[in-house]
Amino acid sequence: MEIRIESISKSFGDVRALVDVTFDVNAGELFGLIGPDGGGKTTLFRILTTLMLPDSGNAVVAGYPISDYQAIRRSVGYMPGRFSLYPDLTVEENLKFFASIFGTTVEKNYELIRDIYVQIEPFRDRRAGALSGGMKQKLALCCALIHRPKVLFLDEPTTGVDPVSRKEFWEMLDRLRQDGMAILVSTAYMDEASLCDRVALIHQGKILTTDTPANITVTFGRPLYAIRTSNVYEVTRDIESYAYARTIYPFGEHLHYTDKREKPDPIELEDFLRGKGHHDIELTAIEPTIEDAFMELAETHSQILTQ
Amino acid sequence: MTYSDPIISVDKLTKKFGSFTAVNAISFQVMKGEIFGFLGANGAGKTTAMKILIGISRPTSGTATVAGYDIYKQTEQIKKSIGYMSQRFSLYNDLTIKENIEFFGGIYGLTSRQIREKSDALVEKLGLQDKFNRPISDLPLGWKQKLAFSVALLHDPKIIFLDEPTGGVDPVTRRMFWNMIYEAAYRGVTIFVTTHYMDEAEYCNRVSMMVDGKIEALDSPARLKEKFGVNSMNDVFVRLARNQDKAKVQ
Amino acid sequence: MKGFIIKEFFHIFRDRRSLIILFGMPIVQILLFGFAITNEIRNVNIAVLDKARDEASERIIEKMLASGYFVMNGYLETEDEIEPIFRKGKIKAVVVFGPDLDRNLTAGGIAPVQIIADATDPNTANTIAAYAASIVRDYQADINPNVTLPLETIPEVRMLYNPELKGVFMFIPGTMTVILMLVSAMMTSISIAREKEMGTMEVLLVSPLKPVQVVAGKVLPYILLSSINATVILLLGYFVFRMPMQGSLLALMGTTLLFIITTLSLGIFISTVAQTQQMAMMMSLIGLMLPTIMLSGFVFPIDSMPWPLRVLSNIIPAKWFILILKGLMLKGVSITYLWKEVLILIMMTLALIGISVKKYAIRLA
Repeated sequence: MEIRIESISKSFGDVRALVDVTFDVNAGELFGLIGPDGGGKTTLFRILTTLMLPDSGNAVVAGYPISDYQAIRRSVGYMPGRFSLYPDLTVEENLKFFASIFGTTVEKNYELIRDIYVQIEPFRDRRAGALSGGMKQKLALCCALIHRPKVLFLDEPTTGVDPVSRKEFWEMLDRLRQDGMAILVSTAYMDEASLCDRVALIHQGKILTTDTPANITVTFGRPLYAIRTSNVYEVTRDIESYAYARTIYPFGEHLHYTDKREKPDPIELEDFLRGKGHHDIELTAIEPTIEDAFMELAETHSQILTQ
Repeated sequence: MTYSDPIISVDKLTKKFGSFTAVNAISFQVMKGEIFGFLGANGAGKTTAMKILIGISRPTSGTATVAGYDIYKQTEQIKKSIGYMSQRFSLYNDLTIKENIEFFGGIYGLTSRQIREKSDALVEKLGLQDKFNRPISDLPLGWKQKLAFSVALLHDPKIIFLDEPTGGVDPVTRRMFWNMIYEAAYRGVTIFVTTHYMDEAEYCNRVSMMVDGKIEALDSPARLKEKFGVNSMNDVFVRLARNQDKAKVQ
Repeated sequence: MKGFIIKEFFHIFRDRRSLIILFGMPIVQILLFGFAITNEIRNVNIAVLDKARDEASERIIEKMLASGYFVMNGYLETEDEIEPIFRKGKIKAVVVFGPDLDRNLTAGGIAPVQIIADATDPNTANTIAAYAASIVRDYQADINPNVTLPLETIPEVRMLYNPELKGVFMFIPGTMTVILMLVSAMMTSISIAREKEMGTMEVLLVSPLKPVQVVAGKVLPYILLSSINATVILLLGYFVFRMPMQGSLLALMGTTLLFIITTLSLGIFISTVAQTQQMAMMMSLIGLMLPTIMLSGFVFPIDSMPWPLRVLSNIIPAKWFILILKGLMLKGVSITYLWKEVLILIMMTLALIGISVKKYAIRLA
């Protein structure tokens, strides 16, 4: 096990950034920490990379307790959430610099980064600040990998990056995992969960669940319907007045609906909506996504809190 | 619902910075009451185009009207007919709800009586009575966004421009926000959303996709996905970008 | 370590702003101050109340006018005319010769010469008074070559070791101090704060680099650049303004290096507190530059400050460095006479480095 987190809590004044966080990440595992901004992802990363001390709880990273910061700093790679290379240095100079502070050279570990580096090599004399978002992230990943870390921490590496670069970035992570590296990656994009081996959903500092993406959607545990309509606003309003309606959310082009009953009656719902004058309704039973599961779990958690 | 009444008409709009063409002869129409997604990666030119439409930048060539006003000659009228909200800046955190409403109402020329009436209605609708004299920074993010949106609607604009309104926001809050947007659209406000979050695009009635200064696709998300044979707007973008690269190679 | 220093040089040489601060400003400041000072004391309008009307008074007036610093505006008849003529504002000083000047001077007694200066501009007044006084003293020395004489003039005589009366000599040590302060302290604190602001500090912290290595990597390039700067200033002073270099060059270079290290440690100290470049800049300007200019004796003489400021001036490193510079360059004293000042600077540096190392965060919060 390369990362073991046990009941970590951290508060900033009145704000509880992390509450009793516990999970493990294995060697060769691509583990996703998934949740919206302000959920506590960055704080957890900073604790695990020894940049911050938790208020309580323990963690072991790459075999060392987080109090042993010097040992951990030698064995992990870290890519912070915001762009953290030197914009006034060229691609090559950045890479050389980060190799030098880890006491290694680019040549020594070139094998590891080659797949990624070949993509940015044509721009190696360009200043890092002048690269596109996707290129910057690739360079940052190279810099974080240059000392061949055992554990890789990537804090929101794909935020603000275009979909093509995002896709390529995940393909690279997939290859790195095959080399046996433990990778903890955080993201606010729910759709990226399916690219991970396992994920932890984090919301308001609490881990909602930890499991494989497939299992998480299974635990959703009730029928989910997608409603397509051209009049989202009125249909939402009318469904809210439907006696069996449990939740109704806009979800992209559709509305997602759950029923209070264990066995909902879609025909009845369609009739109800027709009765309200909606004739272009398309109602289909669908499999929940991670985002559906996230909302379900987040709502359950906040209900527990308010009770 | 069908949309037939164009409220934004853009024809061959072009903006050049020196030899660099940021916006390359784009043409499109946005209909009244529509939720229009204006998509593109960072640097594709969408911010430049939006700045022209909200009257703070002049195009190099081409024509456009916004809410019936010409973007060359009637920028002042345009500014009065639109609302704007960005994810980065919307309200002053150190001012109270009341002060924010008064300030933004004031800059749009509302009388103090109008401001009072509007803010009463707004606060009641959002259920923020007990927070009225508290600084915005005390509110949770979701409420801040709702309030910001309501403030942007304070002067009854015909069109509201939203810049990445829900990127990175938690899923529940995001839905509350989209419900507000749908409501505004239902009441006839046109919504113009610029974003590089492809999943935000799925919520729009129609989307345009900008790549390297040009609009490469414009349709409803469903039809775009159908056309490219994929399941998400994300993949639509990936396909479009690939086609672009191929075109460049040829 | 080597990689770190190379990177710092890249930062410095690629940022036009820092290049200007580093190399443009010192030269401009020195030239500006130098010429502004020399111009200021030229062509000062004076009036003379000559009660002696003898050879001595005539010769002294001649000498004063010949110096180029003074222009004769007219003779006064009685003391009553002094105040009205000052009120008109054209006259900056009145020279009063007492009766029997000649006899008093040759007899080696007290010279009854009074110099009254318009103190609405105290600095100029001081300088004018001192210039005038020293011309009188020169004359006195000319006629009594073998005797060193006390000379009583009413204003204080400050430029004891500046026999050619060049204000610029006072300003070169001061300006050099200010520039070193600016370049060393402000630039290092800003460059460390920049890493915090950009988030690169986060990556540096999560690396095997020790804090001491990060700080040394930041500081070493600036030691070199500041030394170049100091050399340029001294060369300018020597060749353009004919600044004397009386003492040991080695001691001068050694103490300058010491002061550079003091200011760098000040910069590091600031960067342990400042989180943003803007904050580092504000702290350097308000916390360092202002006291350095105001309280070091560079602009305002420390002796004429009220006692709380006089006490405060002791904690300004620049004060001690200016004393060392004046001692070495103008007085030509041996470094052994300046051991106290050097020791104070060393203590200050050690204290600052100690506090900084203690405060230097190995974590973010």
